[in-house]
Amino acid sequence: MGFEKFGKISYTSETKVKDFVNYLEKGKIMATQCRMCKKIYFPPRMDCSNCLSVDRMNWREINNEWTLITYTTAHFAPTGFEDDTPYMLAIAESAEGLKLFARLSKDVSEDQVKLGMKLKLTPVKLPNGKIVYEFKPLGE
Amino acid sequence: MRYGMSEVAVVGVGQTAFTRACGVSIKELCFEAFREALEDAENLQPQDMDGSIICSAPEYDKQRSPAGAIAEYLGLNPKPTFYAEAICASSTTGVRIAYGLIKSGLHDLVAVIGFQKMSELSSTEVQERMGRGADIMWESPFGLSMPAGYALFARAHMQKYGTTEEQLAKIKVKSGKYSVLNHKAIFQREVSLEEILNSRVIAAPLKFYDCCSNADGASCIILASAEKARKITDTPVWIRGLGSASDSLSMANKANLTGLNCAVEAARQAYKMAGIEPKDVDVAEVHDCFTIAELMAYENLGFCKPGEGGKLIEECQTYIDGDIPVNIDGGLLGKGHPIGATGGSQVRTIVLELRGDAGKLQVKGAEIGLVHNIGGVGLYGNVIIFSR
Repeated sequence: MGFEKFGKISYTSETKVKDFVNYLEKGKIMATQCRMCKKIYFPPRMDCSNCLSVDRMNWREINNEWTLITYTTAHFAPTGFEDDTPYMLAIAESAEGLKLFARLSKDVSEDQVKLGMKLKLTPVKLPNGKIVYEFKPLGE
Repeated sequence: MRYGMSEVAVVGVGQTAFTRACGVSIKELCFEAFREALEDAENLQPQDMDGSIICSAPEYDKQRSPAGAIAEYLGLNPKPTFYAEAICASSTTGVRIAYGLIKSGLHDLVAVIGFQKMSELSSTEVQERMGRGADIMWESPFGLSMPAGYALFARAHMQKYGTTEEQLAKIKVKSGKYSVLNHKAIFQREVSLEEILNSRVIAAPLKFYDCCSNADGASCIILASAEKARKITDTPVWIRGLGSASDSLSMANKANLTGLNCAVEAARQAYKMAGIEPKDVDVAEVHDCFTIAELMAYENLGFCKPGEGGKLIEECQTYIDGDIPVNIDGGLLGKGHPIGATGGSQVRTIVLELRGDAGKLQVKGAEIGLVHNIGGVGLYGNVIIFSR
């Protein structure tokens, strides 16, 4: 239990990386890094597919500077997300070469969005004790 | 040109009409496609089959383990039957498995039956399942749909290559032109460029007419060993090359956002096995679940260079009289997309084209045909090359 707090609708409750949510609630966005081979994982994981180590990960904060690679504005949503439309979904790449899929903040209007723009990932508290992260323009 | 050694042929093909709501059970739907394939295979009988592979996306099924129910209804007991799933690429995965079973000598004659009855669920239930099609831990919680996944590719393609919404719309214009000639297609109306460009936005830059529609339908492909095939028919269509690959389920982990890496890799394998090049292909069926998917397929299959897909459709080179006719049956955009039945429908079209049985949709003199069938948002990729 624990991970079900992540996202407006979550489908996963049990995972070895449920501490991610506890960190997120404290405003920290954490990756894992393998103590054996040093590979960094974000989203975090406890099993290393690079050197096959298990539970030998350290939590570490991400380098929170991202570049927007692509995005879409969804006017049509899976069940449970209908009230949110339209919302922007994006993929961005970090300075460390990590890639992440998340929403772009509703604070940003679509005409402000440009591929290549710099973003930061920010925790967002949702109703009912839920929490998630979203991209905001860097510097805001 | 040389062909790879082949010892597996398609000897019969069948397909139901693809409709919004078929009004029959999944067993009855499959029976119709199976019966048509048996008749097409010079009146084979159910008991002639050595085994059957039943293909669909299980989250749409009410029946648990549908292979058993369908094999019983089709008269396929006591021969072995089982279920194969790769979402929208399920039935070409079935063909790949059948190829292996025949090539190994375990079986001589195998029926691959693909189906989907999407109307069995309410629209809300369908959308709920679509939401779980992404990585449920890290991506579904943001509300990722299939159109949004392909829209992320479309935006990246436009940015990198200058591809336009108008070029994407032209793919749907082509689809409509051919689907009205295919009486099994769901979409029986031509659509103008303006109508497509003005249709409501689903996931920008993709609009309503950039997206295929859910459907009910079934398909059946009967495959045979060389010895058996020559006894059954004078017009076997041979499998010359097969390729299959996978990419990450996560959108974030896709190394390429302007093409489908699983399609590039599957195509490389299939061309190598067949000993042919892209220019040798006379007719192709590609997985156009969205207009951008067809445009990327042109590039990923080597029909043009990366970034030149927009030019290829503008020059009408993928029309029936162009350099490389693509989706001359209307494609998924025109036929509708009953998930598990789609790959089999693509194979059926290529088989009819290569036999010269495609009627109004016949590509003149087609000798080599290709099927490109993709599951999920570039998740599973199958490419199969056929020849007479």
